Order: sequence, then structure tokens, then C-alpha cells
Amino acid sequence: MSEAALLVESLAYEYPDGNLALHDVSLRIERGERVALLGPNGSGKTTLVKHLNGILAGNSGSVSVDGVRVDLQNKDSLRRIRSSVGVVFQDPDDQLFMPTVREDVAFGPFNMGARGEELDLVVKDALERVGMWELRDRPPHHLSFGQRRRVAVATVLSMSPKILVLDEPSSNLDPASRRELADILRGLDITLLMVTHDLPYALELCERSLVLAGGHVVADSRTREILRDTDLLSRHRLELPLGFRVD
Amino acid sequence: MHIPDGFIDAPTSAIFGAASVAGVAVSLRGARKQLDERAAPLAGLVAVFIFAVQMINFPVGAGTSGHLMGGALAMVLVGPHAAVLAVTVVLIVQALMFADGGLSALGLNVFNLALVGVWSAYVLYGLLRLILPKVRSSVVVGSFVAALVSVPVAAVGFVGQYAIGGSEVFGLGAVFSAMFGTHVLIGIGEAFITALTVSSLLSSRQDLVFGWKAPLRSPVEV
Amino acid sequence: MIRPNEDPLKHPISDHHHGHDFGERLVLHRHSIVHHLEPQVKILAMFLFIIVCVATPIHFWQAFVVYGLLVLGTILIAQLPLNVVARRSLIELPFVFFAIMMPIFGSGERVEVLGVSLSRLGIESGASILVKGTFGVLCAVCLSATTPAREILRGLERLRLPNLLVQIVSFMIRYVNVVSDEMARMKIARLSRGFEAQGVRSWRFLANVAGALFIRSYERGERVYLAMLSRGYSGKLPDTGHGSAGIRQWAQGLLLPVLALLVLAMTNIWMSR
Repeated sequence: MSEAALLVESLAYEYPDGNLALHDVSLRIERGERVALLGPNGSGKTTLVKHLNGILAGNSGSVSVDGVRVDLQNKDSLRRIRSSVGVVFQDPDDQLFMPTVREDVAFGPFNMGARGEELDLVVKDALERVGMWELRDRPPHHLSFGQRRRVAVATVLSMSPKILVLDEPSSNLDPASRRELADILRGLDITLLMVTHDLPYALELCERSLVLAGGHVVADSRTREILRDTDLLSRHRLELPLGFRVD
Repeated sequence: MHIPDGFIDAPTSAIFGAASVAGVAVSLRGARKQLDERAAPLAGLVAVFIFAVQMINFPVGAGTSGHLMGGALAMVLVGPHAAVLAVTVVLIVQALMFADGGLSALGLNVFNLALVGVWSAYVLYGLLRLILPKVRSSVVVGSFVAALVSVPVAAVGFVGQYAIGGSEVFGLGAVFSAMFGTHVLIGIGEAFITALTVSSLLSSRQDLVFGWKAPLRSPVEV
Repeated sequence: MIRPNEDPLKHPISDHHHGHDFGERLVLHRHSIVHHLEPQVKILAMFLFIIVCVATPIHFWQAFVVYGLLVLGTILIAQLPLNVVARRSLIELPFVFFAIMMPIFGSGERVEVLGVSLSRLGIESGASILVKGTFGVLCAVCLSATTPAREILRGLERLRLPNLLVQIVSFMIRYVNVVSDEMARMKIARLSRGFEAQGVRSWRFLANVAGALFIRSYERGERVYLAMLSRGYSGKLPDTGHGSAGIRQWAQGLLLPVLALLVLAMTNIWMSR
């Protein structure tokens, strides 16, 4: 069996204030898979995301990306992990901190050592993949929310990550931006982990889903199966929109 | 109190420019030590905060209103080094983009508002924290006094500069009493708002208040 | 600081600094030499010009006439409407009052001007502050009207402002709009609950606003840091490299301070004859 794109084993994490956020989380994602991580607010989703690229370190357990273990003590391997796990955070205003779109997309590859023509090429490619090349010289403040989220995706695509992690990608998007983003994500040839409580979006994009509740993975199955299990959903405060039916 | 171009003569501006460069350099090192890589984003957002807070007017009576300067507040919230850098950047941006404070007077303004304003607040606050009991209300009292005093002290910085490189039209005594008098009044408003802000933060997010977390460490060793 | 009584919490950026988008709406887009100069050239030229101006004694009045023409010429070349420039210069007003007081209340020898007894030293000092201050303000207005905020940032970077300060300026420019939008939303939320701040009693409430603002700003700073860390940040922002100014640009830009310096030298010779 080849290395998993992402392997989390018995991960537990307790916040400094004593709040237990993750409790024995294990999951495995194969290369090329698109997986949704479902869970209500406060289930530990965002905390888990912060472990995937070494922002937080679990009190016990381990996280490996493409066979490389995340180790906060080893600065070298941390750099490699951060370039291979592309995290798109919830608020694009946090992610887009540079004065223009182009500079923002260049930030990651620059830190990874890209310069000059190579850097320009990487930036162009990433922006074209999300259809934002035309707006490259705009300041982020001049973009719509949907456009900002697309640029946020480009900022990590430019680092050629092995796995793309999106935290609530559909939040605050109007229906058109939502669909555009889905089209873009579907078109990417990349392993994808999408953290969300937007169940229809998960169904649309991901074949497989995990449910995180109370710091545990409580279900791991095909998205369709999970969304049909109304008991499971209501137990964990997950709800389909009114009138939405899964056949 | 942003000094414009031509108010103080060129040699004096140059001397204080050099002093400000040195003072800011100290804080550049200090902030890197205290916050390492977080220094830039945190000080940047603190600069935004100060800029925004200066937009809040508070009524001081007689049809006028004052606005917060924020040096003492920033010092209590994020420590002296980050506060110096944030206030300095606000002054640079105001001079270059809003013509608020002369470019040749930037050194004078940084000296008064960033260096004197923040460090006088720091020294006073540090002394009070040594004397007062180690309880939250001491932080509030310390911030009040630090803000109250730092504003007129910064104004005294201006008077000193005027004495060295200003015109001789007005006697120093007159300038001193006018500047000191008005800034004591402004300092009272600054003190109340600073103390109330610190107090509201202590009850909601005391973990964010530098002056509560790390009150007695020397800034150089932090 | 004192300013006329205003609504204490009006929308912070938009009302106070002409235009909602900090540092962008200040720019009046034209195609002029001044607009096309690289920002580092503009900032340095402006700085040197102001230094020459400040260093000139006020009784060299002929020099100031020429300086005024140079500033006016720059404004005209940049095709900036004079009324906009004048309006943005109003920030100088408190010091204009101060300058006017000087001849009236100043000490020393008195002279009669149109039947009013004025201080000679006061006239000189007042005029000096007024003229030099005005030229300084006009230069700054000219810079911000021809240069977007992020270009000014780039100029500072090329002029070797320490990298940490460059980064702080960069974050300030980027987030001032975001934070002011948050402030505006907080205000709407307050107004829709029927709140109005009045008098000294409003201080506590203003402090709560400031506190909430600080929490939001600080937390944003931390989230931004995490986002930077996630993309391999190690303490430096990328230097985008391109856009260094050629000799031609430097020559064009530095013409202003060099001319001023020549005028100063010539006036000096002429006055000492």
C-alpha cells in the first residue's frame, strides 16, 4: 500500500485553558481523494485543521502528510509540510494580507525559494486556475467576497501543495460564487479535504465524508450514505436545508 | 500636536530625527525579541487600532472634543516596543498620506508622541505596578496615571524642542504654560478612556493585556 | 488633541479623510510625469525640497517666491485641481491660527502696519511658519494625490526603511479598511438599538468600543500571522524587485530640490552683497 496523502493517528489536543478540543482522532485520506469533514460549530474542526500544517501540535498522536510526520521541533520538515499542505482559512481577509493580489499569491512560493521568472510563472498559473489573472493588480479590498475566496485558493495553489485543506469554503458566498468555486475545485487535480457544515456542498464535491463530533470521528462513509442517516445527522446537530432530499 | 514643517528649525529637526532613529531602532530589536515573527502582523494591526481609535472623538466640554492619542493605551496593551513601532508607523502614514505633521518634522513628532509618550507611560506604569498590590484594579489605576501624565510630558517634549529650535516670539514660560495647561486637560480625557478601555479588556480578555500578563519584566529582557 | 465637536463615532475613515478607501481614493488619476515617477524618487525629492525650504531664512523672501512657483508648477504638471489641493491642505488650519497670533501677541520691537501695532519678530516668525508649513503640506498633498498608498509603501521600502517597519506599514494599509468597516458595522448595530453617545457619560461607552476594536484587531493580527506561517513566512516579505528608477527618473524628480538649492545659494549670494 502506498503512503496516504494524509494520515492522522490517535490525535488528542487540549487547549492551554484546559478545554479538550480533540480526543483520539484518526483518519486516512488517499491521494486524489476529495473528502468532506463534517461537524457542527465547536466540534473541533478548525483545531484539527491547525494540526495538519503544524500550527498546533497534539498532546499525543501523530499527523503525517505524504509519509512525512509533522514535527514542530524540526524547522526544516515544518517548511516542507507547510508547502505540501495548502490551508485556505475561513476569512479571506486573514489570508490575503499583501497589498495586491499578485503579491499575495507570490508570498508562498517566494518563501519556498522561487524567484524571478519562475515566480512570475507560478503566480500566473495559480491565478489562471481560479480565473483571477485579470484582477492580479487589484488590492484585495477591491474584490468581492467570492473573488477574494478564489484568490485565497490561488495563494496556496501557487505552492503546489500535495493536499488542499479548505475551512468552510462556501461560507458567506452567494449562490453564483458558490457554484463558481465548486467548478474550480472540481477542476483541480489534487487531494482535497473540505471542512464544512454545508452538507449539500459536501455532497456536490466529495465522494466521501467524515463526521467530527466532540473531538471524535464518529462516522466515515460515502457522503450520500451519511446524509441519508437522519439519526446520525440530528445527533450531531447537522441539518440539511429545508426541502433538500438525498436519493 | 503634529508639528508641521518650518515650526522648528532645520538643525534641531535633524538632531531629533537622529534621536528618533536611534529610539525606533531600539524598539525594532526589542519587538523582534519579544514577539519574533509575530511582531510585524501584530504591530501592524495595533497601528490600525491606534489609527482608528484616534478617529474616536470624546467631548471635553465648551463645544470642543478631544481624541485619543493612544500611546499609553498601546503600551499597556502590547508593551512598549510594539507600541513605539505602531505609533511611529501611524505618524509616518499621517505625514506622507494626510499631510498631518511635516515630513521634516517627522523626527520631532516621533520623538514626542512615540518615544516620550510611550516610554514615560512605561516608566510610570512600571513604578506603580511595583508599589500597588498585584490585582487587576492596579492595572487600571496604573493605566490611568500613565495616560494622564504621558500626554503633558509629550507636550513638554514639544516645549523643549521649541526652546532649542523655535522662534523667540513667545517667551518659553508662556509656551510652556499654554501647552502644559491644555495637555493636562487632554490628558484627563486620555486617562479616563485609556483606563476604561483597559478595564473593559481586563474583564473580557485579560489574556490580551500585556500590562497584566507581563507587568514587571524589563522590556529589554522580554 | 482638540478638534471641533463632532459626532464622536462617525464613520472613522470616510468622513475624516475624504474617501472610504484609505490611500486609494486620495489618488487623482492622471497621466503626468509626476504620476509616473517611481515613488522612491518622489518621496526623496519631496523630502529634500522641504529640507531646503525649512533651512532657508524667512528674510530670503525672494527664494520663497521661487519655491512657491516650483510647488505650484509641480501641482500644475500633475494636473491636480487647485480646489481639491486647497481643501486637503486645510489640515494645516490650527497652525495658521497660531501663526496669526504671533504678530499680535509676540514680544519685542513693535511696528505699525496699517495702523495696527504688531511685533516685528512675530511677523517674521508667523510668516515663516505659515509659508514653510504650507509648502510642506502642499508637497504631501501632491504626493498622496499622485501615488497610491501601496506605491508609497514600495517607495519607503526602496529607500531602505527597516524591513519590520515596512511590514507594519504594509499591514496598516491593508487592514485599515477592514477595521474601519468593522467599526462602521458596530456603529450601525448600536444605532439600530437606539443608542446615542452624549457628554462625559459616553466615555465608558467609547472605551467599550475601543476595547472591542482592540480585541478584533489583535485577533485579526494573530489569524493573519497563522495564515502567513502556513505559507512559510520566516520574517520577511517578498521584495517584488521590479520598478527601480532609472537615471532619467532620478534626474526628473530631483530637479525640484536641486532648483530650490540653487535658488537658495543665489539668494544667499545676492543678499550678502
